[in-house]
Order: sequence, then structure tokens, then C-alpha cells
Amino acid sequence: MLDDFFVRALLVSVGIGAVAGPLGCFLLWRRMAYFGDTMAHSALLGVALGIILGTSPIVSVFAIVFIAALSLLFLQKVVHLASDTLLGLLSHSALALGVVILALSGSTLGHGLLSYLFGDVLAVTRGDLIVVWAGGLVCLAVLAYIWRPLVALTVHEDLARAEDSPVERSQIIYMILIAGAVAAGMKVVGVLLIVALLIIPAAAAQSLSRTPEQMAVLAAVIGMLASSGGMYGSLVLDTPSGPTIVVMALILFLVSLVIRPLSRVLESVQ
Amino acid sequence: MNTESTRLIEARGVSIRRKGRQLLHAIDISVDRGEVVTLIGPNGAGKTTLVRVLLGLLQPDSGRVQRDTSVRVGYVPQHLHLNSTMPISVKRMMGLTGRPSLNAIKAALEETGAEKLIEARMSDLSGGELRRVLLSRALLRHPDLLILDEPVQGVDYIGEADLYALIAEIVGRHGCGVLMVSHDLHIVMAATDRVVCLNHHICCTGVPQEVVGHDEFQRLFGTRAGAVTALYQHSHDHVHESADVVPVPEAVVPVSGEVVAATGENTYRRMPHPGGQRDAG
Repeated sequence: MLDDFFVRALLVSVGIGAVAGPLGCFLLWRRMAYFGDTMAHSALLGVALGIILGTSPIVSVFAIVFIAALSLLFLQKVVHLASDTLLGLLSHSALALGVVILALSGSTLGHGLLSYLFGDVLAVTRGDLIVVWAGGLVCLAVLAYIWRPLVALTVHEDLARAEDSPVERSQIIYMILIAGAVAAGMKVVGVLLIVALLIIPAAAAQSLSRTPEQMAVLAAVIGMLASSGGMYGSLVLDTPSGPTIVVMALILFLVSLVIRPLSRVLESVQ
Repeated sequence: MNTESTRLIEARGVSIRRKGRQLLHAIDISVDRGEVVTLIGPNGAGKTTLVRVLLGLLQPDSGRVQRDTSVRVGYVPQHLHLNSTMPISVKRMMGLTGRPSLNAIKAALEETGAEKLIEARMSDLSGGELRRVLLSRALLRHPDLLILDEPVQGVDYIGEADLYALIAEIVGRHGCGVLMVSHDLHIVMAATDRVVCLNHHICCTGVPQEVVGHDEFQRLFGTRAGAVTALYQHSHDHVHESADVVPVPEAVVPVSGEVVAATGENTYRRMPHPGGQRDAG
């Protein structure tokens, strides 16, 4: 069964969806969507450096994205620029630099570049599948471990600190997890759309949840639904799978918007 | 009582400079068990900075803060910028950093009269309800020292009197020490053992009657000081009466260090309304 390229692609996308949902909740709560975008765009620079250095792209992307996140945190403290200016500067410079280095390295820019930008999940190998699922499980376990401190510092950083919650450690571990998700998710939806997979399922889960934990679980479920639905959609409609997954996530988000008002109407009718 | 053994926290000579401005200069402050200390001063006087130093969140450039490791601190921050995208119930908020039992959560909420809110969303709470929930949360830790930064932030003036009465009740029951921060001075004075008046340096300190007569205090808070003395003495024998004679809360809020002076008599009798302070001044 795993020999079938579609089944492999489906399983990889579902795995990414399950991890991206809960991780994305914090991007929402901490208003860091653009921050995530910047991390994702720097992934292309990682790809380019990986090709030059001859390493596996997933390793170089992970390293570059993590470094980009740390330098962003550092620059925000020392440079007197508005935070969105800084993000835009870093985000697009990294993307442009990545494309320029790719061109200089002599790699063919045609389909190769597109697959990095929008993903090429149908090309995943059996090895990719194992990496994504093993990495995904580790990622979820670590996220569960730092979950409570992360929620605490999101509600009130000083309060969390005053009550001896490990603030810095949790923040850095979270960055590592996001870097891992970007590196793995790049295969599925590409660097331009990976943030959508982080943000949209979380946004869809938000109005339907009462606690942060409910929202995380629901975001994981919606992420998996979007991935599997998107994969089937792309098969039926013969559309690119990455963008179709994102469109599916958007549809689920729109559905979530009407569920609450609809349930209220139903309650009042009864 | 031996003051040495009941000292909960003590700061000596704390100074902080940031971006060329002296935020705090040679601050000495301490809180003993069972004592309510109110830190008072105009907006931007460095009150929250001092609180962050005392909590160990900010390292002073010079001076030191002494707090025995056995002293548990309950902290109620001034603001809670709850992101509306984060769904969080009061029950979950109570277990933000610890893992209290449901019974402990209920007991802590009952103590502040907020037990009915246990299933409510934090984002749906009113100002007064939010203050009570945050206070309950601090009590869950069985604190020896309560640090309350503007404990009546966002509360209407009748609610203020209730909250101060509640804080006094909690001190009586738990025997903890309290450090309270206020930019305003009226009712808070009645429930206070010691007032520390801060404007980057300590202007004056002492029991409320002494402090309100102090030159520097009068310079900071204008002629309102007189009314406070009256209020203090008036409410001395009966706490609840303070609610009947609440002065205009906004009348003396000094905006960016500038004192809005209002004659004590005028503001004292009038019910607060937006135009009140301008008329009085």
C-alpha cells in the first residue's frame, strides 16, 4: 500500500496537518503570523545553502529557519525598527537571496523552484514518510511537555516569570518546533503556503473551543481533515496538491464561522 | 512583635537607569507579615518598575532585594492583555502555572465571591470580576506576600471600596503582608498601615495621617490631600461608610506627572461625572 505514491503523499500531508494545527495556535495567540511567514520564507535560503553545501535540504532548512527566528528575536531587541518593517525586510531578503543563490549554483530554476515554493508532496519517498511521522510524533510530545509554560507566558509573561514558569526555555523550544514544521511542511505545501497550514486550522478551531487545550486538539483534527480533503480534491480536480490543501483549510475555516451561530439558532428553535 | 523575624521582603538602595532616565533612585522599602503597605505616586513615577524589581523580574543597577526563599509571593498584575483569540476559562486560568485541585480552585474563588464565574470565559469578565479572579489566583498559592499592582484597575468606584474591604479581610484571615500599588489615593488610605510615596525617589513614608501632611505629598497631590485626611479619619471607625463618601476617583489623577488640583470640598461631595474634575479645577 505504501508503494502507492498517492497513499504516501496522503499520509505525509496528514502527519504535517496534525502537527501544524496545535503549533499554529501560538502563532495566533501571540499575533506572530507574520513572524511565522518570515521563518518560512527564510526556508528557501536554507534550500539554496543545502544545495551548495550538498546537505539534505531538510537539515539545512531547519538550521536556517531556526537561526532566522533567533536573529529576529535578537534584532527586535537591538534595532530601532518597527517590528513589521524588520519582519518584511528579513522575510523578503531571505527569499530573494535564496533564489539568487539557487540561480548562481546552476540548479535548474523551473520546476525545482516551484516545488519549493508550493510543495511537491506527490514526490515524497518512503524515507520522507518515516521522517515526517517520527519527527511529528517527537514534535507533538515536546509540545505537550512545554504546553503549560507556553500557555502561561502567552497569557502574561511577567506573571509566568514571577511564578517560576520557564519562559525563555519554552520560547526557544517552540522556535525549534516551528523550524522543524517548516522544514517538513515545505515538501507538502511549500514555503509560501506553510504558514497557512499553521494558521488556518488554528483559526477555524478558535471559535469552537473553550480552553487552549481544546483549541489545540481541534486544530490538529481540522489540519488533518484539510490535508486529506485537499489531497483527494487535488486527485479529483487534477490541481496542485499544496494549494488545494490550503483551499480545503479555508473551506473548513468558513464552515467553522457558521457553526456557532447555526447551533445557537438550532438551540433557540428547540 | 519582633520585626526582624516577620520581614517578608526588603529592598535597600535600589536604583535603576534606563535610556538616560533615572527610573528609581535609592529606594528603601520593606513589607512585614500582616502589614499593608501602599505604594503611591503619579503616573510614570516608577511604581510598576519597583514592583518588577521586587518580584525579581528586573535586576536593579545598584542596591539589592532580600526575600527569603521560603516567602511565597502572590502577584496580581496591573494589566491582563488577554488576547481575544485565546479561549480560556476562569477554571483554566486558575491553573495557569500550577495544578490546583478543583476544590482548591472553588475555595479560592469563593474567598473573593467569584465562585459563580468558574466556567466563564476570561474575555467575558467585567473589570471587577477580573480583579477578583486574579486575586483568587494569587491566593491559590497560599502567599506570604501579596503584591497587587493597581488592584482596582478598571473597577467602578463602588466596586473599589468593596475590593479594598476584601483585601483587608484577606490580610486578616491569611496573615500575609500586602504591597499595594495605586496612582490614586482616596479609599486606599483607609485600609493601609503604611504609605510610601514614590516619584522616582521616595518622597515620604509613614502612616497615612503623617504622609498626607507632608510637604512633598501635598506638592504631588495638591490640595486633595486635605480631603484624604478627612476621609481617613471618617472611615476609621466604620469601613462601609467609606462607600458613601467616595470622592471623585478621577479628580486627582495626575496626568503625566502634572497635578490636577481640585479643591477638596467640591469634589468631596459631588458624585463623579466626566465634567466634574474640570469644574472643580
